[in-house]
Amino acid sequence: MLDSGSGHARSGTVLLQTIGLTKRYGSFLANDAIDIAIRPQEIHALLGENGAGKSTLVKTIYGLIQPSEGEMLWQGEKMVLAGPHDARARGIGMVFQHFSLFDNLTVAENVALGLDGKESFKAMSARLEQVSQQYGLPLDPKREVWQLSVGERQRIEIVRVLMQNPKFLILDEPTAVLTPQEADQLFVVLERLKSEGRAILYISHKLDEVKRLCDTATILRGGKKISTCLPREETAASLARMMVGTEIKQVKAVAHRQTTVPRLVVNDLSLAPDEPHGVHLKNISLELKGGEILGIAGVAGNGQDEFFAALSGERLSRDPGTIVIDGHAAGHLSITARRKLGAAFVPEERLGHGTAPRMRLSENALLTGHAASGMVHNGFINTAATLATVDRATESFDVRKAKRDPEAASLSGGNLQKFIVGREILRNPVVLVVSQPTWGVDAGAAAVIRQALLDLAAAGAAILVTSQDLDELADIADRIAVMFHGRLSEPLMTADADRETLGLLMGGSALTPKDVPDAVGA
Amino acid sequence: MQLVLEKRAERSTVIALISPLIAIGLTIVTMSILFVIIGKNPIAALNVYFITPLTDAYSLQELAVKAAPLVMIAIGLSLCYLANVWNIGAEGQFLVGAVAGSWLAVKTHGTDAGAWVLPAMLLLGAIAGALYALIPAICKVRFGASEILVSLMLVYVADLLLDYLVRGPWRDPAGFNFPTTAEFDPVATVPLLLEGGRLHLGTVIALVIVVAAAVLLGRTIKGFEIRVVGAAPRAARFGGFSSNQLVLLTFAISGALAGLAGIIEVAGPVGHLQPGISPGYGFTAIIVAFLGRLNPVGILIAGLFLALTFIGGEQAQIAMKIPLDITKVFQGILLFYVLACDSLILYRIRLIMPQRKAADGAA
Repeated sequence: MLDSGSGHARSGTVLLQTIGLTKRYGSFLANDAIDIAIRPQEIHALLGENGAGKSTLVKTIYGLIQPSEGEMLWQGEKMVLAGPHDARARGIGMVFQHFSLFDNLTVAENVALGLDGKESFKAMSARLEQVSQQYGLPLDPKREVWQLSVGERQRIEIVRVLMQNPKFLILDEPTAVLTPQEADQLFVVLERLKSEGRAILYISHKLDEVKRLCDTATILRGGKKISTCLPREETAASLARMMVGTEIKQVKAVAHRQTTVPRLVVNDLSLAPDEPHGVHLKNISLELKGGEILGIAGVAGNGQDEFFAALSGERLSRDPGTIVIDGHAAGHLSITARRKLGAAFVPEERLGHGTAPRMRLSENALLTGHAASGMVHNGFINTAATLATVDRATESFDVRKAKRDPEAASLSGGNLQKFIVGREILRNPVVLVVSQPTWGVDAGAAAVIRQALLDLAAAGAAILVTSQDLDELADIADRIAVMFHGRLSEPLMTADADRETLGLLMGGSALTPKDVPDAVGA
Repeated sequence: MQLVLEKRAERSTVIALISPLIAIGLTIVTMSILFVIIGKNPIAALNVYFITPLTDAYSLQELAVKAAPLVMIAIGLSLCYLANVWNIGAEGQFLVGAVAGSWLAVKTHGTDAGAWVLPAMLLLGAIAGALYALIPAICKVRFGASEILVSLMLVYVADLLLDYLVRGPWRDPAGFNFPTTAEFDPVATVPLLLEGGRLHLGTVIALVIVVAAAVLLGRTIKGFEIRVVGAAPRAARFGGFSSNQLVLLTFAISGALAGLAGIIEVAGPVGHLQPGISPGYGFTAIIVAFLGRLNPVGILIAGLFLALTFIGGEQAQIAMKIPLDITKVFQGILLFYVLACDSLILYRIRLIMPQRKAADGAA
């Protein structure tokens, strides 16, 4: 623990301090009384899993979110921010994970759009060139953004912030989109900014990076601050443990589920991304028997979305044999054909992917049910059948809604998720691929959904669950594999998959023999 | 004080129904101001535009005749727009359909060809319209070209093709060098419903198309596919629907309907092929489609309303010497207001008072 900051050789003057900063959304605490202190000439890591509250905290510091309780001190004085412009005026800059650049404008034009426009375009361009050279972030102001690589685009964002000469920089997962080489270059720049006396808040979940770069680290979990520590004195394993939680929940004793024939087989699946920021899937193989639940852990953006699309048939594979559903080669089959083989899919995004938000539940039942149930006769929709599915899902999964057949968007997250899972389970699938089954749903709905998955497996279906919630996977999965950079690790039996091991795999640290714990907590 | 558009939790069905009426109201106010500016009495002008055409049987029939092509084209366009595909070139598909059907009428002119001629002409018109509409659709699917630009530019190609044909190869030898084909034979003419009236078979066909579209959209899986691809493309892909196939299908249907409308217009009210057979039906139908909320019944009503502006515009020119172009201004303003009012379905307007800011500053 390091709360006084006495471990630093630098002066004790605190640049930014938050005291009991709390952000409440309804009954949900996104940030729960967070105290954090950042000093000049410090690179301070903010570590945590998705949903730990990192984004909420930095958005509050940048003035995008008003805190519900608590206060912020800037150079010892109380700070209330009316918006990001207020933060920028004080010298707080932020580089977002998602770039906001206009592809068809030049570098200089993009930068000009973010500034106040008090200096002439020519003077601004000259300053842009000077700043970019000074910090070793080479940029040609006249080039149009669409011609630039992702790394170069990020440079624009960084230079744009540096041109405002900030005292304090927030970087949100800056290396998420960079190659290792580009990341190394970025670290040199960050070291330099630090040596100039600026403070940096560095959001990441990559443990090696944090150990290498950061002076201090604050770890968040479930909206609470877990600890502030010196990452160089910690091991990747100890950081991972703090990040994902030390207390190991009692894993639900797996009943003697009968595992049967392989229902879902993936053979050496490799798939290039179809989007610039996509992840390349590399040599993924797995075998999943009936009655079994396989969990896939991993930090978001490591290929889970791409893997889901490949399994569902939203993206096709050239080689039919890469995906085998219930004994049928299916790599080349459309999602409708795969559904006809008995597969069902629940994507991560409820609105816009799993359902059409502005359509009724009965129409959304039709969305996935049209292929393989009695909802369509000779091209005509059997409205009674679609409504019956809504009623059955409502009854079996306790979907609460204002009327019999409302628009999908009007349901709460938990109720809509229950409907979506119910819609698929009611089709009695032999294979269910489900992504983030309880992401952002209330505890009651989460319990219903997890129980439904366990029941379906008990009935003989093979279930593949992708989740970032390790507690969830520990509760329901028989085996857990980790996805990192498009590769899938060997599955571990859930009992052997302690958090440390999983955390290391998720952070991309290769397992060395001494890291493998010989004693397992469960 | 600040005006803010705030997203509604659910779409407002009330606004969805009254938004076209608000748009019409605002258009009439704007037009009145315009009439005053050009020195005309707005009450009298509006009376000629909207009331007079409704007062005699002849004008009422004329209204239906003018509405028929608008409704037919707008139904096709509504399928495209529901699927989030932008066919702006219905005017060109209308002209190509007219040309293709007229080809048969010209070829069989003066022969003793039987009653098969008219059905064959209608079929030709629909097929030609569909094929012409498939050009932008294929360019979009295959090469990623903007269907908006390609379909729009093909309007001018069709216009010039028609112009060339009636001034050149198809010109009526006995027509005193006017750019027109010969009057079509009776077997190549759309029959009137009542002798001496204006209503013809085309108005019935338009009604049948309205009913068919209502069934397609409301009852069939294809109609569902069209709606879901437009409303939530990613969910549609998850549902197993291919948006590329739908681009081709909706373009083909809308082209066929526009082509059919074209040949019916030529073989019906006009009676021969000549330049200027369309007062801009293909473009006005875009307004009809949106004013009718992309709903078949709504389109029927909207088609009648915009037909009124054509007839009213003609009468205003005769009675009050108001330029005919005012009709186009009217239609443009109407589309503008329809689209503007539509944002109120998903958003509400809110006034934000400055106190909040002051309170923040004091906190």
